[in-house]
Amino acid sequence: MNGFEWVVPVILTVITAATPLVFAGIGELVTEKAGVLNLGIEGMMLAGAVTAFVTATLTGNYILAVAAGALAGMFMAFLFGVLTLSLMANQVATGLALTLFGIGISALIGQDFVGEPVKALEKLNIAGLTDLPVIGPILFGQDALVYLSFFVVFAVSWFLFKTKAGLILRAVGDSHDAAHSIGYSVIGIRYLAVLFGGAMSGIGGAYLSLAYTPMWAENMTAGRGWIALALIVFATWKPGLVLVGAYMFGGITILQLHAQAAGLDLPSQVLSMLPYIATIVVLVIISKDESRIRKHAPACIGKIFHPAA
Amino acid sequence: MDTKDTEHPRLELKGITKQYPGVLANDDIDLKILSGEIHALLGENGAGKSTLVKAIYGVLKADSGEIFWNGTPTNIASPHAARSLGIGMIFQHFSLFEAMTVAENIALGMPGRQNMAELAKNIIEVSENYGLPLHPDRYVHTLSVGEKQRIEIVRCLLQNPKLLIMDEPTSVLTPQEADKLFETLRRLSAEGVSILYISHKLDEIKALCHKATILRGGRYIAECDPTKETAKSLAEMMIGTNLTTPRHQDTSKRGPVRLKVHNLSLDSTDQFGVDLNLINFDVKCGEILGIAGVAGNGQVELLEVLSGEQLSTDEAHILLEGQPIGKLGPVDRRKNGIAFVPEDRLGHGSVPEMSLVNNAFLSAYRTKNLLDKGLINNNKTTDFAKEIVEKFDVRTSGVSHAASSLSGGNLQKFIVGREMLQDPKLIIIAHPTWGVDAGAAADIHQAIIDLAEKGASVLVVSQDLDELFAISNRIAVIAEGRLSVSRDIHEFTIEQIGLLMGGTSGSGSEKEVQSVA
Repeated sequence: MNGFEWVVPVILTVITAATPLVFAGIGELVTEKAGVLNLGIEGMMLAGAVTAFVTATLTGNYILAVAAGALAGMFMAFLFGVLTLSLMANQVATGLALTLFGIGISALIGQDFVGEPVKALEKLNIAGLTDLPVIGPILFGQDALVYLSFFVVFAVSWFLFKTKAGLILRAVGDSHDAAHSIGYSVIGIRYLAVLFGGAMSGIGGAYLSLAYTPMWAENMTAGRGWIALALIVFATWKPGLVLVGAYMFGGITILQLHAQAAGLDLPSQVLSMLPYIATIVVLVIISKDESRIRKHAPACIGKIFHPAA
Repeated sequence: MDTKDTEHPRLELKGITKQYPGVLANDDIDLKILSGEIHALLGENGAGKSTLVKAIYGVLKADSGEIFWNGTPTNIASPHAARSLGIGMIFQHFSLFEAMTVAENIALGMPGRQNMAELAKNIIEVSENYGLPLHPDRYVHTLSVGEKQRIEIVRCLLQNPKLLIMDEPTSVLTPQEADKLFETLRRLSAEGVSILYISHKLDEIKALCHKATILRGGRYIAECDPTKETAKSLAEMMIGTNLTTPRHQDTSKRGPVRLKVHNLSLDSTDQFGVDLNLINFDVKCGEILGIAGVAGNGQVELLEVLSGEQLSTDEAHILLEGQPIGKLGPVDRRKNGIAFVPEDRLGHGSVPEMSLVNNAFLSAYRTKNLLDKGLINNNKTTDFAKEIVEKFDVRTSGVSHAASSLSGGNLQKFIVGREMLQDPKLIIIAHPTWGVDAGAAADIHQAIIDLAEKGASVLVVSQDLDELFAISNRIAVIAEGRLSVSRDIHEFTIEQIGLLMGGTSGSGSEKEVQSVA
């Protein structure tokens, strides 16, 4: 035909590559805005991925499967919350432990399901609209979670910057002592933020095992949790930019796959490194402007709150 | 005013006791505040004022004792509960969120939902009404200490409180601003609002307050009518011993010029900051120069460029003993014998999480030779920290404690002591006694004067005019990034300086509104 028939499939794959990052990134953004650094995204995503996959295989009900993924992520986040918020353990160490724990327990749960196929998450199909050339499949041919991911970004942005509850959440992240002295429940608000982050990571993981590659494989997140973490700095804690960053990263991931398929004369390992190198380069560029980071980064991030101090 | 109000005190405390590990912060304290009364709470740092006030405001719970609100036994379990009773509080350590705007900060302290546009309008209205100009859209981290305090005051006033607790509200205001605040407070008092006024400025308390309760070492000492006491008798009740006023230095010993600042101009790096405009002054050996001014008129920028945090555009703008130092960083300036006491105690003046020993090391390792073949000489550093604690009467249970564990006044004494004991040629001190009680302030003032008598040059930036008059030889006034010509203190009156502080128009607040708008 005209030689551009590859464009639409590429865009479609970029969307599927970006969606899990959008979920995990926006969840962690809310957690961090409340002043908590949860490095366990990878573990929560894996827990969500395996739980959603197992639920889908056993029940065939995808709504249930996604909900189970979210609950699994929340369960992991709850463990993190108990340790860091109630027992005041160090957030960095606990987050790393959560990732390792998630890798292990997801492998254990999923060992009987490795290699089993599952039907991919159903995509929207509106007669007439979805059949439109180019924009049809892109705008009207996605699965429900893609639409949900966009909705969540806008909802979080509205919540954080337009509602009083969002203002309180940001206040807790900015100065927990001041928030406490005004009379807000720092620990309670942080629990909610951490649980939201867990639910979103769980859904991000569920997307991987139900839609991106509809199967379960050990450690199938392959570092996406860490990319999601980097995305937040890239986005200087702004929800809209998390979306942009996730699609940029998704684009680079797909680009390198296509470059490998096209037989580009570079070792495939170098191409696989590309998205991660791009992340580092972007972070360096973003971090050059210190005032941007300072203005948007929650000042209390990662700090333990001792009430009544 | 209903009869209930007249029958019962608005707030009555009986036998409030609070034990911290190792300290009995409040020991059986009684307090009674009538409606419409301005009641002073007097005491040194560590006398238990903050603890008592926190118990009233529901931030912490007393171990024992009773609180009566309009005669009814009341349990104030949280600040929310306190606010719903009608208690408003202005904190000494501001409970503000740095990354948010003024309006957002105020919204956070208010119950229910707010229409932000309407709130912004109310803020401007109330703040101008009470002479505390504030722009609702500015970010808090761009504001000076004085401006930050205005947020707290306006936040309280917006809630029509019945009891207003003010923790040293005038420590960062000009005399004119303070007078305006007093007018406000008297008006509120006439409207039936009770005010619990914490301060150690005794003249202020005498002028403003109807009653005073004095605490010392966590105990109730006395209740008195401050208008019938002298400042000296109040201070002695507070400290428990006789108070010494700083002995003025002998001005005849002044030497040659040590620090010369010549035509210094600098654009502020902060979009809301103040640009410095052709600043000229000098400080001689053995002389104390005071720089007065309302917060937010270029003091932050001037201190930054003098300390080397910001470099000046031309190295010859700043001369130390004739040598250009305008392009040297803070470390090199320290090497040349300059010491600094910055405005911000936690952050610039100390590393809050580090021990006093480590904080002493960080600033003094070169001048005090605390390095031993590249390693930290722990014994020597600890001795130095102990020397500071001892000579400057820093109240702490040990030098291995974190800087953030000290009260504001004690940390200030530590930082001032640390810098002074390094025998600097020139010491630059911002707000030397902000939040420090009368006894400790007198000690710090004496130490500054003693240092100057030994030949050091001292530059003091302060908003407290009484302080500047007590210690300085000459005073200059900074307003909108310009510095006035300095004059001998005997040629200046407080009123004249107050007018200079507000610029030529004589009204600081109006000027500032214009520069913000």
